[in-house]
Amino acid sequence: MSTQSSAAAYRARTATAKPMIECRDVQKYYGDYHALRGIDLTIRSGEFFSLLGPSGCGKTTLLRTIAGFEDISSGVVLIDGQDMQGVPAKRRPTNMVFQSYAIFPHLTVAENVGFGLRRDPRSKAEKAAAVEEALAMVGLKGYGNRASHALSGGQRQRVALARALILKPKVLLLDEPLSALDRKMREQMQVELIKLQRQVGITFVLVTHDQEEALVMSDRIAVMFEGQIAQLDGPEALYAHPTSRRVANFIGVMNFLPARILGESATGVEVDVPGLGRVEIPAANISHADPGDEGPSVGFRPEAVSLLGAHQQTGARVTPGVIDEVVYYGDMTYYDVRLDGSAGFDGKARPVRIAMRNVFGREVQDVGTRANVSWSPGSLVLFR
Amino acid sequence: MKPGAGLRAYALLYLLFLYAPILLLPVFAFNSGTIIAFPLKGFTTQWFTQMFENASLRQALGNSLTIAVSSSIFATCLGIFAARASTRFDFPGKGPVMGLIMLPLVLPEIIVSISLLVVLLSLGVQLTVLTVILGHTLICMPYATVILSTAFNSLDRSLEEAAYDLGETRWSAFRLVILPLVMPGIISSLLMSFTISLDEFIIAFFLAGNEPTLPTYIYSQLRFPKQIPMIMALGTMLVVLSVILLTVAEYFRRRGIAKTGATDSGGFL
Repeated sequence: MSTQSSAAAYRARTATAKPMIECRDVQKYYGDYHALRGIDLTIRSGEFFSLLGPSGCGKTTLLRTIAGFEDISSGVVLIDGQDMQGVPAKRRPTNMVFQSYAIFPHLTVAENVGFGLRRDPRSKAEKAAAVEEALAMVGLKGYGNRASHALSGGQRQRVALARALILKPKVLLLDEPLSALDRKMREQMQVELIKLQRQVGITFVLVTHDQEEALVMSDRIAVMFEGQIAQLDGPEALYAHPTSRRVANFIGVMNFLPARILGESATGVEVDVPGLGRVEIPAANISHADPGDEGPSVGFRPEAVSLLGAHQQTGARVTPGVIDEVVYYGDMTYYDVRLDGSAGFDGKARPVRIAMRNVFGREVQDVGTRANVSWSPGSLVLFR
Repeated sequence: MKPGAGLRAYALLYLLFLYAPILLLPVFAFNSGTIIAFPLKGFTTQWFTQMFENASLRQALGNSLTIAVSSSIFATCLGIFAARASTRFDFPGKGPVMGLIMLPLVLPEIIVSISLLVVLLSLGVQLTVLTVILGHTLICMPYATVILSTAFNSLDRSLEEAAYDLGETRWSAFRLVILPLVMPGIISSLLMSFTISLDEFIIAFFLAGNEPTLPTYIYSQLRFPKQIPMIMALGTMLVVLSVILLTVAEYFRRRGIAKTGATDSGGFL
């Protein structure tokens, strides 16, 4: 999705990077509630790392244990090689941007940004220069004398960033920093955060429940469910090769069809999928089903297949079906298509969602018309 | 008749009934007759002169101010501890402890006064201004705690964490961030406690020994009809003082709100 965080660029930047944050079997209990269930994690120096998951998955708890706001029940947290056991937040080389920004409302913008310099031995003029520099870095040059309560959401976030970065931390922790902003502002801040991270070069750890945000900004993403890391990968790998059905469901949209396993070979697994027929899924696309799933299934992304008119044919495999629903988004159209024969083993109809870009000259299809869906075995993932 | 006219008349009568007696205070305070009745005789300021020259009244006023200032400060300080503890921490017995702090609110004051009197006398404590301060601190505590709990509760917890994150200790974070932000609550609490203490009668009556406070002094003077015009003058002074005090407090409260950018959720006025 983003060019800045492509896998190659990431490898080039962090190939020789040392570990910045290491979590070893981190456990956290709140009374009887098991919030973190054995987190093992290494975040590299200079990395833009995201903790992604639904609310209550432990991502914020993990961030707060790194920041030093929560004690861990057992395990080890190392930051830059130092054991953080018993080290309070104020002595950790981390600074935090809070979800609510936590801008001190009784102080001006400059007083907020300079708050952490109170114990700094530098002269008043030097500190003022540092504040001005930090404000300039986040695009708020000249805002120092403003009252902080008069700022907009985006400006408050910039103040929170400047206030954290002025202390030159080794790690910047961001707790859902964009969730309070409207969509336009959020997209703008995503790009600015990426640029800022490249500029200061320190490790960013972002907590978010927004998969798109994580994909856009991160070098690597840890997807968390119920206090555990379900998958840790780069954005592209996470999207294209989710290792479990739950991760696939959480990151973007994926269609699932039940499958029956026919046989295995060195190159892949042969399955029978109602509607698609017999397919050999390549070995690289084999993932795990989750406990509770009803048998194996195959999944594919809405944009990994395409919709052809009723009489068009292409080289890939083609399955006919009926268009059930059309959702028009302007740049994209989503079609829900009932594939012929997809009612399958249990007789339940399972329309699949197909995303088509509305390029010039392509007409939007009508509900109820017949269409051909073109797909290739390489775009299917088997969850078994 | 316009709809709502009946309700409007009711509201006006209601307000008149509540406030007309207070409006009569200055009328009789400047009336030269010694009897509190219409028709009025003539204009005079002699009751005010008499009031200012009255040594025992001055002493009672001094006692009342000492008691009100001390007990409002004590109640507010204790209230800060209680509010901070109850809003930020969970500890065993929190419910019962907070209940005990609130208890004087529902206990009849006469019971509180008599129990305090019995305990103090059996301990051999002399009844002075200090014992009244003790009693007033006790009855002001629930008000102070409620006002301050509201103030502490409205604070975003991450403000405090941000201060720790930026290198402050628990104490310096409290001093630099929390205290300035709850200051409007502290001022409200001081003012409320001051007002409660200043016109409190029963505890002062039981625990003051032979040190009169303003309410007990006024009560004792009502037996002498020729003193009543002077009491009217005193009442007028107190009303004017209250209005000034509340205006000042409201000014500071609004300024505090404007400074922190919060929305005004209504004060005492």
